[in-house]
Amino acid sequence: MSNTPWSSIAWVLGASFFGSFGALFLKIGAGKLGKSIVSVATNWRLMLGIAFYLFSSVLFVLGVRKGELSVLYPMVSLGSVWTLFWSRLILGEPLTRPKFIALGMILCGIALLGLGTR
Amino acid sequence: MSTSPVPLNDPAQQRRSFLLVVCCTLIGAAAQVLIKTGANALGPSPTMVQTALAMVLTPALFAGYSLYGISTILLVLALRHGQLSLLYPVFAMTYVWVTILSVVVFHESMNPYKLAGILIIVGGIAVLGRGGSS
Repeated sequence: MSNTPWSSIAWVLGASFFGSFGALFLKIGAGKLGKSIVSVATNWRLMLGIAFYLFSSVLFVLGVRKGELSVLYPMVSLGSVWTLFWSRLILGEPLTRPKFIALGMILCGIALLGLGTR
Repeated sequence: MSTSPVPLNDPAQQRRSFLLVVCCTLIGAAAQVLIKTGANALGPSPTMVQTALAMVLTPALFAGYSLYGISTILLVLALRHGQLSLLYPVFAMTYVWVTILSVVVFHESMNPYKLAGILIIVGGIAVLGRGGSS
């Protein structure tokens, strides 16, 4: 942790935040999927989702130039916490107990992988 | 223009979407390994132009980014009929595949932390697969 500057952590947390919007817009766009290639290419929600993903990966690359990957890589998984928020707030999906338990387990598991990688 | 609406909680449809996302993560992990292999051939500090050219001309990089494209298409197909809050956490499976592939392909060491991490992530995803949609 001590070798990882705060700026890198901020970049990577930013990447996880914008990445979650990528997931959200892919989901909204997927619900309005057309049959033809043209209608997919002009599906602005889908394209916005992909743009968010690309932006997020640029932030991630900026973040991992310095610092330990074992610390930074697991932080990307916080994107699934943001995504859970948007699923509830914007898509109105039910947040059930299994979803919280599963997310908790997944985050613990990823943190352990981070510890095992240093 | 849009396909016929499917009930959000149709269990069979939800299961199919779930398995599709698991496939996505396997393809995404293979993409990461290919990109890492290709990037090793790129040298320590390539310029933007060198990187862009290498993405097309280096077979491992080209294959890696193509697989990313395929995995994105599969993800969109999966999201069509599944809940985002159920499907998105499954993406953590990528970490599991990358860890296993790194041991197999790059001969990185396996240790108790990694093993515990893999088991807990798979357990969490099993919880989602069994009870998440109810």
